[in-house]
Amino acid sequence: MNKGKIEHKNYVYGIYSHEDNFLHAIDEIRAEGVEIDDAYSPFPVHGIDDKLGIKETQLHSAGFVLGLTGTFTALGVITWITTVNYPTMFGGKPFWSLPAFIPITFELTVLMAAVGMFFVYIKRNELFPGKIPMMVDERTTDDKFALAFGIDDKSESEIANIKNLLSKSGAEEVNTKSFE
Amino acid sequence: MSHVDSLIREPLILGKDKTYGQITTDIVRNTEGNPPREWWFAFGIALIGLLLYVVAVSWTIFKGIGVWGLQKTVNWAWDITNFVWWVGIGHAGTLISAVLLLFRQKWRTGINRAAEAMTIFAVICAGQFPLIHMGRIWQGFFIFPYANTRGPLWVNFNSPLLWDVFAISTYFTVSCLFWYSGLMPDFATIRDRATSAKRKYIYNILSFGWRGTAKQWSRFESLSLILAGLSTPLVLSVHTIVSFDFATSVIPGWHTTIFPPYFVAGAIFSGFAMVQTLMLIARKVQKLEDYITIAHIESMNKVIVLTGSIVGIAYITELFIAWYSGYLYEQYAFYNRAFGDYYWAYWSMMTCNVLSPQLFWFKKFRRSIFVSFVMSIFVNIGMWFERFVIIVTSLHKDFLVSSWNYFSPTWVDMAIFVGSLGLFFTLFLIFARTFPVIAIAEVKAIFSSISEAAQEKHRKEHNH
Repeated sequence: MNKGKIEHKNYVYGIYSHEDNFLHAIDEIRAEGVEIDDAYSPFPVHGIDDKLGIKETQLHSAGFVLGLTGTFTALGVITWITTVNYPTMFGGKPFWSLPAFIPITFELTVLMAAVGMFFVYIKRNELFPGKIPMMVDERTTDDKFALAFGIDDKSESEIANIKNLLSKSGAEEVNTKSFE
Repeated sequence: MSHVDSLIREPLILGKDKTYGQITTDIVRNTEGNPPREWWFAFGIALIGLLLYVVAVSWTIFKGIGVWGLQKTVNWAWDITNFVWWVGIGHAGTLISAVLLLFRQKWRTGINRAAEAMTIFAVICAGQFPLIHMGRIWQGFFIFPYANTRGPLWVNFNSPLLWDVFAISTYFTVSCLFWYSGLMPDFATIRDRATSAKRKYIYNILSFGWRGTAKQWSRFESLSLILAGLSTPLVLSVHTIVSFDFATSVIPGWHTTIFPPYFVAGAIFSGFAMVQTLMLIARKVQKLEDYITIAHIESMNKVIVLTGSIVGIAYITELFIAWYSGYLYEQYAFYNRAFGDYYWAYWSMMTCNVLSPQLFWFKKFRRSIFVSFVMSIFVNIGMWFERFVIIVTSLHKDFLVSSWNYFSPTWVDMAIFVGSLGLFFTLFLIFARTFPVIAIAEVKAIFSSISEAAQEKHRKEHNH
């Protein structure tokens, strides 16, 4: 089975119950110069991207390019069929009559943008049916928020510092998790 | 930071001691354990309907569409009526999730999941009708433009019937993707609560291994927003194209430019009515009154009265334009609708779609569960009659008096329609027991701003 991409084997993480504490904690910990590896939440928390310094996703660019592909595919194929391969007279209209091609061109634009973006999305988010999720704590899909730090390359004192920062920032639990 | 919306705003999540954990339990509970007796009872009835559908469709395919009530004059009737009716119903889901997302309407979160499911099942029902009405369903793939060995032979790109093929299949695909991308995090919630290994395994496959990290959520929100932006024109285009099936043919009663907006408004109208019917039952049976509140029902009723009135204006405009055109055949087509052989269908449509929803101008009726339920059924009936009136009354008295005819359905026509309801409810009932009926993550996301619990907490903290 597919294993999720995971950079570290061992993690220290803190659990929060309220999104306000969780967001505060991110500010406090990053102010100390410690980078957060993963932030887990049961729903999209507003404003978390800026706090964590996550760059805006480029998914929309993918959607735009794929949509344009759809537009040109539809127009190109219809043009070739109606003017070159199979020119047929319908009610005396011109072979190439753009207004009649707009509905299908529009539909194909939307179809390619949406389907393509969905696949880019599951690829970038490392989602796949049957994939085993690498999560530090199962409660984060229910009612808890978690901040996780990879500790494979950290010294004892650095780990102690992270644990200390987590408790100081209001984490209700500070635990460790190791992935096999 | 979370902030509470104005305290005088009606909360969208009720329960003063609600917590995130409680939200999960309330919604996921309905997928756990054995279904209650009422569910089995409803499922049994739906399965009988489905069986009827299979029998009637098989008979149609075996004998040919001569088993329907169609004749030379009325050569399109219940098949296309049912198609347009189901497609119309299939419009509310995407409208609720996409258009209301773009307008930042928070009440969307309580009902969008079930409405999208309803959309998908309604489109599945709709898609059957063009196929079975072809007569030779085994050649149904001819509708797609594929490279073939029959010489250069292609479909007609100038035909609205072909546009329909693209519109419906695109709409179905995009609705499924939109729905499924929203479901993954909620499946993960069910997975992480599961106690048995088998259940965990199944829901993990369904969740695509969702983790819920900030980066995943960031892409999730981006995808939802763009899919909403794409679906909004898409949902409008689909019923526009369905209306082209009629509007581009030179038949009095069909050949009108008002059709696209009129059909789109009608689709939203009927779709909301079906959502209302289903939600009023689901909230009661699944004890979801805290999430699908009277405020949600009232908001839907507001959309129903708005779109019902747009539809009403369209009916009256049609009558005016028929008179104003000075075109005898057009005038007769509309006179015949209102006072001809099918006057009963026309006036049922007018009563159910235009007159009765006007009750919703009164707050008391908008907030009454009983009135909402009765009205939603009325609208469903009225919108079926609208399509029947448009299709059959425009055909049954054609240009040659000797071929004028009256359409009566056969048992097969009726069995296919009733059976398609069986198909719809079978799918919906399976959904209601295995999927999270409410978008868990989205409801949690508005919890800290517009729930009764958050307002209560805010009042206590500020104590003014």
